[in-house]
Amino acid sequence: MNERDLILRMEGISKAFPGVQALDQVDFEVAAGEVVALVGENGAGKSTLMKVLCGVYPRDAGHIFLQGREVEIENPLQAQRLGIAIIYQEFNLTPNQSAAANIFIAREPRQRGVGRLLNLVDRRRMEREAREHLQRVGARVPATALIRDLSVAQQQMVEVAKALAVDARVIVMDEPTSALGEEEVETLFTIIGTLKQQGIAIIFITHRLEEVLRIADRVVVLRDGRRVGGMPIGEATPEKIIHLMVGRELTDLYHKEEAEIGVPLLEVQGLARRGVVEDVSFTLRRGEILGFAGLVGAGRTETARMLFGVDRRDAGVISMDGKPVDIHSPVDAVAVGLGLVPEDRGLQGLVLKLPVWENVALPSLDHYARAGWVDRPALRSLAQEYVDKLNIRTPGLQQKAMFLSGGNQQKVVLAKWLALHPKVLIMDEPTRGIDVGAKAEVHALMSQLAQAGMGIIMISSELPEIMGMSDRILVMHEGRVAAILERAEATQEKIMAYASGEIANSIVNATSKGASA
Amino acid sequence: MSSVTPAHKGSTEAVAQARKTAWRNVIGRPEFGVFLILLVMTMGLSVYTDTFLTSTNIFNILRAFSWIAISAFGQSMAIITNGIDLSVGAVMGLSGLATAMLLAQGVNVPVAVLGGLLTGLIAGLLNGLMITKGKLPPFIATLGMLLMARGLCYGLTGGWPVRDLPQTFRNLGQYDVPIAGMGVPLPLIFLLVTGVIMSTFLGRTVWGYRIYALGGNETATALSGINTNRVKLMVYSLGGFLTAIGGVLMTARLGVAAPTAASGYELDVIAAAVVGGTSMRGGEGTILGVLIGAAIMQVLRNGLVLTGVSAYWLQAVQGLVIVVAIMLDQLRRRERR
Repeated sequence: MNERDLILRMEGISKAFPGVQALDQVDFEVAAGEVVALVGENGAGKSTLMKVLCGVYPRDAGHIFLQGREVEIENPLQAQRLGIAIIYQEFNLTPNQSAAANIFIAREPRQRGVGRLLNLVDRRRMEREAREHLQRVGARVPATALIRDLSVAQQQMVEVAKALAVDARVIVMDEPTSALGEEEVETLFTIIGTLKQQGIAIIFITHRLEEVLRIADRVVVLRDGRRVGGMPIGEATPEKIIHLMVGRELTDLYHKEEAEIGVPLLEVQGLARRGVVEDVSFTLRRGEILGFAGLVGAGRTETARMLFGVDRRDAGVISMDGKPVDIHSPVDAVAVGLGLVPEDRGLQGLVLKLPVWENVALPSLDHYARAGWVDRPALRSLAQEYVDKLNIRTPGLQQKAMFLSGGNQQKVVLAKWLALHPKVLIMDEPTRGIDVGAKAEVHALMSQLAQAGMGIIMISSELPEIMGMSDRILVMHEGRVAAILERAEATQEKIMAYASGEIANSIVNATSKGASA
Repeated sequence: MSSVTPAHKGSTEAVAQARKTAWRNVIGRPEFGVFLILLVMTMGLSVYTDTFLTSTNIFNILRAFSWIAISAFGQSMAIITNGIDLSVGAVMGLSGLATAMLLAQGVNVPVAVLGGLLTGLIAGLLNGLMITKGKLPPFIATLGMLLMARGLCYGLTGGWPVRDLPQTFRNLGQYDVPIAGMGVPLPLIFLLVTGVIMSTFLGRTVWGYRIYALGGNETATALSGINTNRVKLMVYSLGGFLTAIGGVLMTARLGVAAPTAASGYELDVIAAAVVGGTSMRGGEGTILGVLIGAAIMQVLRNGLVLTGVSAYWLQAVQGLVIVVAIMLDQLRRRERR
């Protein structure tokens, strides 16, 4: 591909967030009429790179060239004016307005003459032009249809038409197929083909490798904020891509101390919720850390939430210590000895306005109250005990949770559950967004708890963490259990292959290659 | 912080430091800002008018704001949980009316009062059920209750007030308890007792802790294994009950139960809670603050009358004061961050 055809070139893009280098000197380029697949593990920096491109995040370093000319992109509006459009997983559509109104949002054509003065919208022209854009996409969607009446696939088409309406020359699609059924994916691919012919460059973010191989002209792989490889699709194989995605060495960050694994503690049979999770079964034993691996949206958090009674389940039997238990709310879950360290500390784990000690005390209030009267001294010394034990760095028990660092906040969430002595602790992304030191402390604590006989379910999107901490690894793919692997047999490539639904291919390829060699 | 500081100097520093922290604790209290406003208003009025600082006037103020304040205790709980109770005015009127109608039937005073309180409790419980089981937003549920309760007032009376209530009942609102040579109005004593009980309830019981936690972060509270619906039921039921106490006191004071009684009081009650530092974002607010907030509103009303401001201008000034008070309070909070 020669330099002249390149429509977009990003050079040496770096972006840091507090505590993490999200992008490190990343180069990226796409030519007119080219489809580039951008792949990488969760947190590899794909979305960050695209957000830099679209002016959502300012970059720390690097240059962006559009058709050879350097540009500054400081906000999304500017990106739009330069012809860059992004279609997020969560659509940006207003459900109660028509497709036409959405396509022309903020740029509605005005009437001429008297209507001009009153700022009246020229609806006829808006709908006519919207129809043209929809036709370019090949969408059979009436311009006057309300968004809320459209299917997800149709809404996506409206998004694409919206991008065309602003004369986008580069369209970014963030996991466009994750919400679509098979037929709808075919339609989308046809649309992408049409756009290609019109010379539009497409950046396609996905986790599904089979889609990469089918639709992309070229693939670019990111890992830990760096570009680790790129190749024309002719040279790409699933194994190559997976290897690039995960190919990092296990560090000694993960201190797992062996715990004695005992009798079954929590048994789950056929857990299901329509359209989210299907037939999830597993057993968690005393002293065991069961890692839940999978891609974002594979149903891991949803499984945890159902287990804990937050979301209703359509089917499934949950047993503790061999006896079936009724869990229909978090109240029930706590009563049978479950604890949940949720995905998002600030939104789900803590009451940020309340002091540290009250947060720790929250689930234990009943145990430290006589006839409804809170025993404050007892609760404060309980909180102090865990602040010391978990080494929570806070100026005092009275400090509001919002003023603690992420790692210390996470330890407060842990403390509030440990104070209740649960039998099973479910931890959803327990070390996301916390610094390396706190991370190591959380891992050491997990080992200790397992040694004390607790069963732990650890959902994590970081493969090294999954590999380092788990006794067994349950891999989910599209709402189902794809595999349960023993610690000894698990490799990053294997887990990724199961998680991306690529397993059949990769195993067959690997064996056939091995046989022929 | 040098380690060679002589001992005596160190101790005076420690005392000064302790004083400083004590002072800072007072200033840091969420009620301090509104208390300052109340103080300034009171001093201004004492200097500016001869009539404000007389025991008769002060006790009149205290008597008149007691039912608003008692109801505002309940209101502040609703607001702390990120809700609101628009039905308080109507429920206040209805529970007073229920008491009066029982009395008119010849029922004795304690039973009639109990009937009135029960009416408020039931109205509050229904609010809570609509919000938790009916999944209605508090604004809508209590707006419905406002209209239903007020409609019931008109329907039950055909629009006529209930008069000639027995003196033993009217004493609840009119009697002055002789304390230290002064006549302290009975409603004020009810107010103080309710205030202490509510303050303890919110500050010291499991329920109180859960109310603040729920208001601070409902998701996290539910995920901590707390039945948030039960907390809300409690908040609205108790709110209805407190409002009914206000309604009974008001009716006893006026000596007549009109179907229009306490119309529009929901706004005074909400204003008292909010001026008193109850955050509309939930999770914050104290009973002491609400008490001060209610006092500010009443002093303001009284002061405007005493300084000869036309009654027609009253509302406009009240509105202005509410907005300014809350803006000042938010400014103070921002500085603390």
